[in-house]
Amino acid sequence: MSRKLELIVLAILLIFAAQFFYISSTTDAEYGGADDKPEGVIEEITGGTYKPIAEPIWEPPSTEIESLLFALQAAIGAGIIGYVFGYYRAKKKYENELAYKGKSKSEGDSQSL
Amino acid sequence: MHIMEGFLPTPWWQIWFAVSIPVILYGIHKLNRLVKEKREILPLLAVAGAFIFVLSSLKLPSVTGSCSHPTGTGIAAIMFGPAITAVLSTIVLMYQALFLAHGGLTTLGANVLSMGIVGPVVSYLIYKAGMKAKINFYFVVFLATAFGDWATYIVTSTQLALAFPAGGVLTFGAFLSSFGKFAAVFAFTQVPLAIMEGAVSALLFKYVVDLKSEILVEMKVLEDSVVRKLRGLSA
Repeated sequence: MSRKLELIVLAILLIFAAQFFYISSTTDAEYGGADDKPEGVIEEITGGTYKPIAEPIWEPPSTEIESLLFALQAAIGAGIIGYVFGYYRAKKKYENELAYKGKSKSEGDSQSL
Repeated sequence: MHIMEGFLPTPWWQIWFAVSIPVILYGIHKLNRLVKEKREILPLLAVAGAFIFVLSSLKLPSVTGSCSHPTGTGIAAIMFGPAITAVLSTIVLMYQALFLAHGGLTTLGANVLSMGIVGPVVSYLIYKAGMKAKINFYFVVFLATAFGDWATYIVTSTQLALAFPAGGVLTFGAFLSSFGKFAAVFAFTQVPLAIMEGAVSALLFKYVVDLKSEILVEMKVLEDSVVRKLRGLSA
């Protein structure tokens, strides 16, 4: 099986990792979440007059708990993907084997007749 | 792209709900019909949903020195179309709004529109156009997913700029000025992430073609001749 696409994707990931190591070691960028930045922009545009109309019902009490829940989210997803692909791969393998056996058996039968 | 809880004033959060809810309802209807008619697609549906789960939980560092996350909706959009993707995205966004204080319930309509509807529609259209033009399948998947991801963040910037125009009065100039500021936060940060998302999605599709191409043909995602060519190349 050709591994061309795997190599291309690996190259893209490596370039990405390299730029991260380079930029994070040469600058003092904070790597804060882009999703939190609009808050600052909104404050700048409205002059700090905007008050959020609602608050989150529940907030993770610490960044540790937050990463726990994010990791849980990723783990659930990755588990499902792994399970389905493993199921398909094994199914295909055994179906092929059965088809092959069935075929060779019937060939054997026709020779003995 | 998650607009935080409470950060869309009236009437905007209601407007985005009004736009999103019909699409979600149509998606649920389509999903029910699909699952009833073709039960064998369930595992692939789970994979598409799980892929959104994984990718939208990964906050990745970008060249701009801030972190953002991919959306992962491209696979679902290509396989099942934008309406069903909207349903899957809603599930993920609810999880994040309730348990992570990431996004929010009042902004759910706006976030579903950007991540679950407009992004997937862009992916879907690029995919259809690319396959019609007979460009390499994996490259089309890459383009569709990357631009879908990017479109999601453009929509978020638009929604914020509409709600918070410069100077407080919504004119075209004020909108553009605010849009520039919000897009500066999102758009450039997202470019490398969109490229990665496109690449990883193309790879995932390669394994689906290897293992279960007959379902893709049955769902009219791929033509039989294209599958033969892809497997011929990868065999």
